[in-house]
Amino acid sequence: MHSSEDTASRKTEGRSIAHKLADKQQEISVTEFFEKNKHILGFDSRSKSLLMGIKEAVDNALDACEEAGILPELKVGVSKCDDDEYVVMVEDNGPGIVHKMIPNVFGRLLFGSRFHSHRQSRGQQGIGISATVMYGNMSTGKPAHIMSKVDDEDTAWMMDIIIDTKKNRPVVSNDEPFIWADKTSGTKIEYSIKGRYITGRQSIYEYLKNTAIVNPHARISFEDPEGKVHIFERATDIMPPKAKEIKPHIEGLELGDLQKMANSSAQKTMRAFLKNDFSRISDRVASEILEKAQVSENFKTANLDRLQCREIMKAVEEVKIMAPPTDCLSPIGDTLIKKGLKHVLEGMRPDYYSPPVTRPPKSVNGNPFIVEAGIVYGGEIPVDGQVTILRFANRVPLLYQQGACVITKAIESMDWRRYGLEQRGGKGIPYGPAIILVHVASTKVPFTSEGKEAVANLGEIQNEITLALRLCARNLKGHLNKKEKKKKTMAKFSIVQEILPEMAQKAAIMLDREVPNLDRTISRIMNVVWVEPSSQTSKGGLRTIQYRIFNYTSTEKSFRLHARLPRSCLNETIISDQLVDVSEEGKVTWSIERLAPSARFTLQFQLDGDMSDVFDEEDIYISGLNPAMVMGADPLPGDWSIADMDVTELENGDGDYVDDDTDDDEEEEVLEDDQ
Amino acid sequence: MTNERHEQAIHNLMEIVERIYDQLDEGAVPNMQLSLRSKKNIEFNTRENVWRYGSMLTDRNAKSIRGAQMLLRTLHMVDFIKNMVSSNKSSTLREMYYISEGWGHGKFGSQDESNLLAEDLEIVSKSLREDFKLRPEEDGARVIGDLTLIETDRKGKRKTINCRDDVGDSGYSIPYNVESEKVDLKSSGAKFIVAIETGGMFDRLVENGFDENSGALLVHLKGQPARSTRRFIKRLNEELKLPVAVFLDGDPWSFRIYASVAYGAIKTAHISDYLATPSAQYVGITASDILHYDLPTDSLNDQDIAALKSELADPRFQDDFWTSEIEAMLKMKKKAEQQALAKYGLDFVTDTYLPEKLGDMGLM
Repeated sequence: MHSSEDTASRKTEGRSIAHKLADKQQEISVTEFFEKNKHILGFDSRSKSLLMGIKEAVDNALDACEEAGILPELKVGVSKCDDDEYVVMVEDNGPGIVHKMIPNVFGRLLFGSRFHSHRQSRGQQGIGISATVMYGNMSTGKPAHIMSKVDDEDTAWMMDIIIDTKKNRPVVSNDEPFIWADKTSGTKIEYSIKGRYITGRQSIYEYLKNTAIVNPHARISFEDPEGKVHIFERATDIMPPKAKEIKPHIEGLELGDLQKMANSSAQKTMRAFLKNDFSRISDRVASEILEKAQVSENFKTANLDRLQCREIMKAVEEVKIMAPPTDCLSPIGDTLIKKGLKHVLEGMRPDYYSPPVTRPPKSVNGNPFIVEAGIVYGGEIPVDGQVTILRFANRVPLLYQQGACVITKAIESMDWRRYGLEQRGGKGIPYGPAIILVHVASTKVPFTSEGKEAVANLGEIQNEITLALRLCARNLKGHLNKKEKKKKTMAKFSIVQEILPEMAQKAAIMLDREVPNLDRTISRIMNVVWVEPSSQTSKGGLRTIQYRIFNYTSTEKSFRLHARLPRSCLNETIISDQLVDVSEEGKVTWSIERLAPSARFTLQFQLDGDMSDVFDEEDIYISGLNPAMVMGADPLPGDWSIADMDVTELENGDGDYVDDDTDDDEEEEVLEDDQ
Repeated sequence: MTNERHEQAIHNLMEIVERIYDQLDEGAVPNMQLSLRSKKNIEFNTRENVWRYGSMLTDRNAKSIRGAQMLLRTLHMVDFIKNMVSSNKSSTLREMYYISEGWGHGKFGSQDESNLLAEDLEIVSKSLREDFKLRPEEDGARVIGDLTLIETDRKGKRKTINCRDDVGDSGYSIPYNVESEKVDLKSSGAKFIVAIETGGMFDRLVENGFDENSGALLVHLKGQPARSTRRFIKRLNEELKLPVAVFLDGDPWSFRIYASVAYGAIKTAHISDYLATPSAQYVGITASDILHYDLPTDSLNDQDIAALKSELADPRFQDDFWTSEIEAMLKMKKKAEQQALAKYGLDFVTDTYLPEKLGDMGLM
C-alpha cells in the first residue's frame, strides 16, 4: 500500500508537503463563513464544548497525518484546573505547520486548506480548530498555546494565540523557537476552556474509542482528568489509501455556490470555467449547458449573476453528465473495519463479527459516497436494552443527534426480528447484545447541520445503508443458526467424549474387567465426520489454527476442506501432504484421503502478520461428503470457485441445517400420580 | 441384615451392568428397555385384579444425552446399592440424590430423577426399592385401632405392640419397610379398616372413639399414601382378612388416591400386585353425597376440571360407578372436603354418615 513508500519519501518531499499545504491555506471571508454555516457549531452545552474542541483537533491531526502519509500517533489530555475550567491538550506527529502559518491556522476562522477541495476528509469546513481557540479565549480569557515543528527544520516554534474577533485576526505573543526533543514533526495545542467532563455515550472517551475503531492505523492515548491513561493501540500499519482530490461535480452544487465559484474563478470565460473547474464536463457538455441556459460561452465569469446561475442549474438537469468519479473516496474496507472493531471491542469478547460490508460507490446530488457497515454480536455486550449504534461520517464518530440521522432511520426501518434481534413490532431500534456500525464516506457528507452531528435523510443514502446492513444481518442470522446447531452437536460430543468413557470406566471397575474400546460405539452414535476448529494466538501475534477431524462413522471417508485465508498471512506452515491448492485470493483447499473409521487427523497451520486475526477459524467448508454427515464445517457454497467469492453472500445458507436428532430422544411422559 | 432378597436384587442389578458392559464391548449403543410408564400402557391383570404395565416399552439409549446420562447413573446407582448392602447401611432417596454429586456426568439433576430411576431399576431388576436399601424421605402414616403386631426394632429386638393400647393418641407409625421380617401381623379385633385422607378427619374419628365403638382400624393416608402405607393396608387385608373402606375428600385428586390404593398407581404399576388392594371400597365423599347430604362446596378450578377429564380417559376409571361420579362432578362443577360433614355437627360423621355409608357396603 502507500505507507512504506510515503514514509520513505516523506523526508525528501517533507518540505513540499508542509509548504504545499501552506499554499492552499487561503483566506475565506467571515461573511462567507456565516452564509455557509447557518447553524453555529456545536458549542451549545458545556460538556459538548469540551468534546467539540478535542474532536476538531483530533480530526485535523488525523487528516494531516493521512495527507503526509504518517501513521498517526495522538496524545489527548484533559485536566481540571478549576471548577468548570479544563486544560485540553492534543498532540500529533503530523507534518507540522510552517511557522508563519501557525497564527492563521489556529487564529483565524475559516482558514483552511480544504474548504475548496472536493475530497473526502474529516474536517470539511476548516472552521473547527480556530473556533475552539476562540471559544477557549472567550470562556477563560486565556490564550491557546501552540507548538509545531516541521520535519525539515531543526527548531520548533511555540506561541500563544488569542483571536481578535472583530477583525478575525490572530494576536500572537511569546513567539519563540525551541528545540523539541525527540520530535521529528508534529503539532501540539493546549488551551483552557470552560466545560463539563462527562462519561458515557457522549464522552470524550467514547469519541476516541470510536475514532480508534475506524482508524485502526492510529495510536491514540488519552489521559482523563483523574490522571488515568487509556491507550488505543494501533491495530494495523496499513494507511488508508490517500483520497484523491477531485473537482466538484456540478450536479451537487447549490445556486449560491455556483455563483461564488464563478465570480472568484481564475477562468475568464464561462466555457473555460465549466470545463476546467468541474469534473466530468467536456467542451461539448459545456457548450450544451451554456446554450440551453442562454449564456454566452465567452461571458465573463466575474459578471455571472444569480439569474444566469439559475438558468445554468436548470440546464444542468437536462444535460446528461457522467456521474462523478469515485476514486476520491477512501472507504475503510471490510478487513480494516473488522480489524478496528476487533481491536477496540476485544474487551467485550464478542461472539461474532459479521464480515463488514463495503458497498460500491454511489452518488447523491453530484457527490460520490460509499456506505460501509458491520455488526458485532454477543459476548459481554449487554443483552437487555437497545443495540448500540456507532455512526461515522468520513471516519469521524457521530455522537450527537442519533435520532435525526439517516443511519438511525435506516436501522429503525428494517425488520430485525428476521435476523435474530428483538424489535417491538418490527420497527424502531432493535434490542439485544449487538453493536451496529455504519460509516458514510463522501466528498461532501450531507449533514443535517453545520455541527456535523447527523447525516441528512436522503433516500439514496438510506437505501445503501439498508443494503449493507441487510447483508451483515443475514450473516448474523447465519451465525446464530450455526450456534444453535453447534449446541446440539456439543451435546452429542459430550456423550461420546465424556459420558460414554465414564460409563465404560465405571462398568469395567464394577465387573473387574478391562475398559472396553469405545470406537465402534462412538461411530454408531455420532455417525458423522466431525471437524473441530480451534485457534491460539501467541504473544507475538502468531496465530495457530487447528482443525481436528474425527471420522465418527463406520466407513472410510475421503473429502476436501476449504478455507479462505488472508493471503498476506500465509507462510510455509500451510504446506502439508493434504494441501491441494492455494488460490490468488487465499482460498486454500486440502484433501483428506481415506480417513479410517474412528481415526482422527489434525490439520494445523499458522498465520502471521497484521491481518491474521481477521480469519475466523469457524469459516471452514467441506466438500465430497453428504452435509448431513458432517459436523463443524459448512457445505462448500456453490459459488466458491467462481472468481472472488464473497463468503458473506450465503443467501440460501440461512437455516437449512439438517437436524439429525429427531428420533433419539426417549419418550417423556408425565407420570400422573405420586409415590 | 443382608438377606436373600437383597442378594437377589444385587444379582439382578449386576446383570444390567454386565449388559451395558457387553454392549460397549461389542461396539453397540448401550440401551435399556423399560415399560412405558404412562397411562397409555396400563392393563388390567385379571389374575391379580390390579392394573399393571402393559407390553409397551420405551428404549433408553446412549444416543441422546439424557439417555446416556441415565445409563451412567444406573451404573453408579447399582454400585451405590451394592456398597450399601455389603456395609449394611440404608439411605434415603434424598441422600442418594446428594451422593450423586460425585458421579460425574451421572449426577442427578433433581430429586425426582433419583426417585424415578429407583423405580426404573425395580422394573428391570424385578426387585423392590426396599431391597435396594433405599427408603423414601417420609415414613408411612399412622394407625389406631385394635391391631396387634410384632415389630423388629433397629436393635433387632422384637416388640409386641397393640395399636390401640400400646400407643399414644398419634397412633402407631408405619415404618418404611413393612415386610414380614420387620412387621409381623399377629391379630386384630377390628371388623374393617377405614383409610382416611386427612389428618383432621383421622383425629375426628379417633376423638369420637370410632375405632372402639364401631370396631374400625383407622389408617391415616396423609394424602397420596406412601408405598409402605399401601403395602401395610394390603397385608392387613390379605393376612388378617380385614375389608378396606377408603374415606377421602370429594375431588378428582382423591379419586386418584383411591385408584392407587385399590387398582395400583401408574407410576408403580410394576408392583401393583404388591401394593394394591383390589377389594378396597370407596366410601366418599362422592358427587352423590354432595347432593344427598347438601354439603358445603367449592367450585372446581381449571386444574380440577382437567384432572377429571383426564380420569375419564384413564383405563382404571372405566366402570359405571366412576364414569357417572366423574361426569356428575363435572356437571355440578363442585367439590367438597371430608370435613364439610361438620356442617351438621362434630358427631355427624361418626353417628350418621359413616354408619349409613358403611352400612350400605355391608361393613356395619
